[in-house]
Amino acid sequence: MRIMKKLLSGNEALALGAYHAGVRVAAAYPGTPSTEILEALAGYPGIYTEWSTNEKVALEVALGAALGGVRAMSSMKHVGLNVAADPFFGASVTGIQGGLVVVSADDPGMHSSQNEQDNRHYARFAKVPMLEPSDSQEAYDLIILAFALSEEFDTPVLFRTTTRISHCKTVVEAPDNLAPKVGEARFVRNPSKYVMVPGYARPRHRAMEERMERLAAYSEVFQYNRVIPGEPKLGIVASGVAFQYAREVFSDASFLKLTMTYPLPAELVRRFASSVERVIVVEELDPFLEDSIRALGIPVEGKSLFPIVGELSTEVVEEGGRKGGLLPPAPTPWGRGWRQDSVQVAVEVGCLPTEVGATATQRRLQSADPAGQGKCDAQPGDGAAASLPLRPPVLCPGCPHSACSFALRRLGFYRSMPTSGQADGGKLPGSMRPSGLIVTSDIGCYTLAVYQPLLALDTCVCMGASIGMALGMEKAGIQNTVVAVIGDSTFLHTGIPALVDVVYNQGRTTVIILDNETTAMTGHQGHPGMGVNARGQKTTKVCLEDLCRGIGIKDVHVVDAFDMEQVSATIQGCVARDEPSVIIVRGDCPLHVRAPGEPFAVRQEDCDGCNTCLRVGCPALVRVGNKVTIDPTMCVGGNCDVCAQVCPREAIVLGSQIEARVQGPGSRVGLMESEELVGGCPRDVGVDVPRPEEKE
Amino acid sequence: MRTAVDVLMVGVGGQGTVMASDILAEAALAEGFDVKKSDALGMSQRGGSVVSQVRLGTKIFSPMVKKGEADILLGFEKLEAARWAGHLRSHGLAIINDQAIPPFSVSSGSEKYPPDELVLDLLHRKTERVFFVQGMALAQEAGTTKALNAAMLGFLSVLIDVINKGAWLESLTRALPARLLDLNLVAFEMGRQAAEAARKPLERGT
Ligand SMILES: Cc1ncc(C[n+]2csc(CCOP(=O)(O)OP(=O)(O)O)c2C)c(N)n1
Ligand code: SF4
Ligand code: SF4
Repeated sequence: MRIMKKLLSGNEALALGAYHAGVRVAAAYPGTPSTEILEALAGYPGIYTEWSTNEKVALEVALGAALGGVRAMSSMKHVGLNVAADPFFGASVTGIQGGLVVVSADDPGMHSSQNEQDNRHYARFAKVPMLEPSDSQEAYDLIILAFALSEEFDTPVLFRTTTRISHCKTVVEAPDNLAPKVGEARFVRNPSKYVMVPGYARPRHRAMEERMERLAAYSEVFQYNRVIPGEPKLGIVASGVAFQYAREVFSDASFLKLTMTYPLPAELVRRFASSVERVIVVEELDPFLEDSIRALGIPVEGKSLFPIVGELSTEVVEEGGRKGGLLPPAPTPWGRGWRQDSVQVAVEVGCLPTEVGATATQRRLQSADPAGQGKCDAQPGDGAAASLPLRPPVLCPGCPHSACSFALRRLGFYRSMPTSGQADGGKLPGSMRPSGLIVTSDIGCYTLAVYQPLLALDTCVCMGASIGMALGMEKAGIQNTVVAVIGDSTFLHTGIPALVDVVYNQGRTTVIILDNETTAMTGHQGHPGMGVNARGQKTTKVCLEDLCRGIGIKDVHVVDAFDMEQVSATIQGCVARDEPSVIIVRGDCPLHVRAPGEPFAVRQEDCDGCNTCLRVGCPALVRVGNKVTIDPTMCVGGNCDVCAQVCPREAIVLGSQIEARVQGPGSRVGLMESEELVGGCPRDVGVDVPRPEEKE
Repeated sequence: MRTAVDVLMVGVGGQGTVMASDILAEAALAEGFDVKKSDALGMSQRGGSVVSQVRLGTKIFSPMVKKGEADILLGFEKLEAARWAGHLRSHGLAIINDQAIPPFSVSSGSEKYPPDELVLDLLHRKTERVFFVQGMALAQEAGTTKALNAAMLGFLSVLIDVINKGAWLESLTRALPARLLDLNLVAFEMGRQAAEAARKPLERGT
């Protein structure tokens, strides 16, 4: 067997390991940072892979396969396990037949998540063993062990990664041409194990507790829980990526590296603790290990030194080390100047030529400003660097969500949020005009419309929440009209039961489904409404309008996402009706399927600099001086002419029309008129509003 | 004593920053280094800032470059380079593509793009070794602005001399689709020449 050496992300390594372990069925719902696991698995032969409608379904599919006797896996982001919690707990009770591994990819630091919950608690909560790799090699090795462990102990295994493990690439050595052994599918009837009525479930609980005892004993001898001997003064307990940071910072310390972090190897921890003078736990987020170790009666420090909020880094661990007197005090960032030794080091490592200095222009500039010797380090977050303009993510040029979000903003806030009561004639900050819409939103690309310049959304909590929350506001007696906005994938994920609730409980909510025919936010995965499966093959397509009508919504509309007037008029019509409505706003995501068309341009002599078009939030629109121009390399044209539709002076036309000096398209003042009706101010271009906090 | 070379690549979604860092990492692996790399993924596709970190050396623990420890900052865009200047170590090497991509707050007129003087000033607080590269012009000359990352890597390849040219070429060949390879190899070569030219007067001066 040939061994290959490759740079793989944790997710890729995990997929390769699962393939080598003979996984037969893998089901997932996309979610950063877990998505690439299933994407990679879909590339291997002999594995059934699916994008499920949501994580609960995904885990149930995997559980079914596992009870059918084959190895199965389900992967999801941390919040996905909330959705899948019910079958997760259930699987712990029934146990398995073929190995079952549940991968939870957590996101400390919230690189692209709505919270940073610590899913290690799920292992204790559901009474299942948990493994945590600290690089890609371990991700590969451990996932293979996870399947074996699952079968040996008749339990699902929680495999927990974090963003830095899932997305960082590190070196993996693995067999190159291994032909995996895939088990035979065979279901063996065993109702007292697989049918959880109380009478059968009671003995299963006892079996679960016995299983935990056996697992705790196994954890003591598990080869990946290991001591790395070092100076006895300091003993570090760590797992996951935190182990890497800690190794870097406390290079001389003794280490207990934990890989099976639940159940904890209590004796091993005790032995380690008694061999060192001071025990410090370095872990991200909650004091999960720390609390358990303290419960063993061992004096231990952790969260008193390292933050409970956000992700760790070498810097943060170093700071904690200093706080705890484990490291010498920091060299002051002020006046540190250039360090000669680091040049020396770089030369030794062979990285840098010895004689590369400033070029002539730079010398000139340097003599004007003597090279900043002795100034403070410019870090993001301090001084001049902090004042640089931010670059938050934005909707793409030609995004099908722009026009609808623009229309919602116009129908929503009277004006951009006043910063103080005074500024708005005594009104409360954020107060709305009585006829303004409230927009409960959901999670997807369209959530970016909460930012400048669209400022169109009022809530976003978790996937599928928009519809139920809109109904709740209505039932609470809110006088404003409430509109729910939800993406197509999100609607299918968890929106459907809430829409049924609206019908059943006689709500009159208007639900806008933004149908871009893909799961765009996480990288354009297939979903049922798109009719493309995880391997990119065509499959049965679920028709959203039929689905809504089938539920009992009578007022169903399908509108063109790029027709601002139609979108706006339909929303106004629906909210006025005394019945629930669904508006499917349909338009392709340009990143995904559309070929770019001819770009638009602004006829400069007609532009009076009112900036109305900038409100659309298209990054191709650029203000130059007092006027707006369109970057022809960014504008996608084609279906999209949204900026042209909102320009009150009709100054935006196809680029070729400007060159040919042809007059622009016919009048498009309909929207402006409808805005006057609802009291909007078409010129309230809000470059004056406070910048929303950077958040994804 | 430090045993790693830390490279930070920063740019804007769509500039090919992540691919460039992959090519560097693969080349370093082929040269026998331990390599770890980390990309800020997530929403970078939507025109946000992109940061890729590559660490190579005999044995690497953390996959992340520590603030103030980056040996090299490869900036694909000036504002992003300025933003990350503080991550350079003292006397580190800054290689900056001389291109400005205004973020929304600038293109909508509510904020100003930092002037070159400020960008340089921020870099000069950490290092005197700042190179501006006409990356877009080089890529254009090679045939497509999409080859910007290859041109930047070409420039880098001259200054990071622990990786042989052969390893670079192999890594480029593996990463790029065949139909784009030739253009990119031309851009890479042009980047190399630009680096040699930038380096010459200095060598003569000492
Ligand atoms: C429970 C849960 N699973 C997954 C995610 C990750 N996630 C965020 S948005 C999204 C998809 C959104 O797709 P869609 O609703 O079609 O909107 P689009 O991005 O296409 O505009 C996913 C999978 C999440 N936040 N929560
Ligand atoms: S990826 Fe598609 S849906 Fe998402 S912001 Fe870009 S254009 Fe819009
Ligand atoms: S037509 Fe207007 S809104 Fe659409 S992509 Fe081009 S510039 Fe952007």
